[in-house]
Amino acid sequence: MSCISLMAEFSGLAYYAEVPVVIFDIQRIGPSTGLPTRTSQADLGFVYTLSHGDTKHLVLLPGTVEECYEFARDAFDHADRFQTPVFVLSDLDLGMNLWMTPEFKYPEKKFDRGKVLAKDDLEKLAGEWGRYRDVDGDGVTYRTLPGTDHPAAGYFTRGSGHDEMARYTEGADAYARNMDRLTRKLETARHELPAPVVDEKGSPIGLIAFGSTDAAVVEARQALDEKGKNVDYMRVRALPLSDEVARFVARHERVYVVEQNRDGQLFDLIRLALPAALVDRMRSIRHYNGQPIPAGAIIEPLMEQEAVPT
Amino acid sequence: MSATVNRVGLPRDAYKGAATTLCAGCGHNSITNHMIKALYELGVEPHMLAKMSGIGCSSKTPAYFVESAHGFNGVHGRMPALTTGAHLANRQLIMLGVSGDGDTASIGLGQFMHMIRRNVDCTYIIEDNGTYGLTKGQFSATADLGSVQKKGGVNTFQPIDPCAVALALGCSFVARSFSGDGKQVVPLIKAAIAHRGTAILDIISPCVTFNDHDGSTKSYSWVKDHEESIADVSFIPFFEEVHVDYEPGTVRDVRLHDGSHIVLKKLGEDHDPTDRRAAIQVIEEGRAEGHLVTGLLYVDTAMSDFATTEHIPEQPLKDLGEDELRLSRDDFAQFMSEFA
Repeated sequence: MSCISLMAEFSGLAYYAEVPVVIFDIQRIGPSTGLPTRTSQADLGFVYTLSHGDTKHLVLLPGTVEECYEFARDAFDHADRFQTPVFVLSDLDLGMNLWMTPEFKYPEKKFDRGKVLAKDDLEKLAGEWGRYRDVDGDGVTYRTLPGTDHPAAGYFTRGSGHDEMARYTEGADAYARNMDRLTRKLETARHELPAPVVDEKGSPIGLIAFGSTDAAVVEARQALDEKGKNVDYMRVRALPLSDEVARFVARHERVYVVEQNRDGQLFDLIRLALPAALVDRMRSIRHYNGQPIPAGAIIEPLMEQEAVPT
Repeated sequence: MSATVNRVGLPRDAYKGAATTLCAGCGHNSITNHMIKALYELGVEPHMLAKMSGIGCSSKTPAYFVESAHGFNGVHGRMPALTTGAHLANRQLIMLGVSGDGDTASIGLGQFMHMIRRNVDCTYIIEDNGTYGLTKGQFSATADLGSVQKKGGVNTFQPIDPCAVALALGCSFVARSFSGDGKQVVPLIKAAIAHRGTAILDIISPCVTFNDHDGSTKSYSWVKDHEESIADVSFIPFFEEVHVDYEPGTVRDVRLHDGSHIVLKKLGEDHDPTDRRAAIQVIEEGRAEGHLVTGLLYVDTAMSDFATTEHIPEQPLKDLGEDELRLSRDDFAQFMSEFA
């Protein structure tokens, strides 16, 4: 929705200065003010790289009301662990309409604050630490919180170029080193994000969707089953994409990506991530009129494309 | 020989930062030195200081003082949002924001106004030179109508006066000064830090490279010739005893929330710094007469600050345990039953 555009600059700042933050985007249909009381899934590509420069974010894609609740909780842990913005992409249909849901479970898991150095840690290190120094090789660095009572606790962070000690620099090597570390960090995070949910019975046809499209997919698969057309299903739940996606595509002859935007944004992201040999297996089904996607908007285009000999 | 230390046992050098990269003679460098002096004399603990800034020459300066403090050089005009967030996360921190006239009066004007409206407890210093120094000297929104650019261009727009805007919004602390007037700037910085609420301190700070020539109203010579201080300012911190040995009727004493005092000694006409309309009038008159009125224009020590109004805990959020942050099982079950 439009306010996510307004916060693009801050998103880049949080990515580069490595500030944990959780942002919920209840997607409405754009561009611009668009249809402000109607739903869509068209912020996916934009949010993933929100802000100028080489910026990339962690994006969680809840598909049910229960997942919105669970991902909200987990998003804070991911943000603290990876010290980066975490976007939770819901949509107007999921976020503002009434849904039935199983009762939410009490949050048992302890909070994960990630790599935070307290006073004792700094004393053990004799103050030897750097805010952006990759000690563990996973791209995730240590931080202190303002107010920590140790002379080495303070650091000066910024949205401008910085080295391992958080000092301003326009040095070519320091810049590239830092950007490569950020890539490494996101790669670490990628393996920790919610894995795709897969329901597979050995069909040659696969279907990939995310978010609130799930409800329509469930209904469509049932109807297709009745027509004798069995379709396997993978629901993607996070960006950057899991390696499971390429494996799912490799197990199927044709894979339909179903989503609620005009340009096939997830379809594009998946094709970019696939080995070249698998790209031709991808098909796209798109729904973009502001109304929640109905099952028919999946069944008809899928049957149509299946009828054409490949 | 042992070095002289302040009340927290630190030498003056502990308040220094990296070497400045600004032009020699820049007013901002003087302000940095005034800041060092004020923070040293107040005995601010570096780990409790958060230096916040936006974008511009002014916003680079937090790197040049108290190196061991926390600092955040954010995005253009957005210092107030970052400051508000950091302050709410830890009310014990001393929030010291440094901004410029571009940062404050153009891109960040909305943030500036809403921070004042909420009365976020922070010091907001505007290093005001009326020009965009980093982008080679275009007029900023605080440049006076008719003032002349280095290459001869004449400013055709009315200025935005940050102090007048702050007063109109009911800001709880409004002061103006001049970077070359350390005697006034240092006690005003101390008072701004001691004040609980948003303290706006607009410091005219000449840009020697682009805005220090004849025809500019932000040059060293213009300000020196036109500065009109409304009162001598001195600051007595809470940890020092008050000795007022002035003749009765010549001073005004403002007691701040933390027990500090601002003592104002009359210079010309008496100005009551607790009278907001009088402050607006003083600015307007100065403007009509072509003077730059400096000093403590207005202070309201009673106004509730944002964190207090919003019932933010005194304890830093980082020190709250899981028990304090997580709903109890009973409360959770109760909450869930409301949806059944």
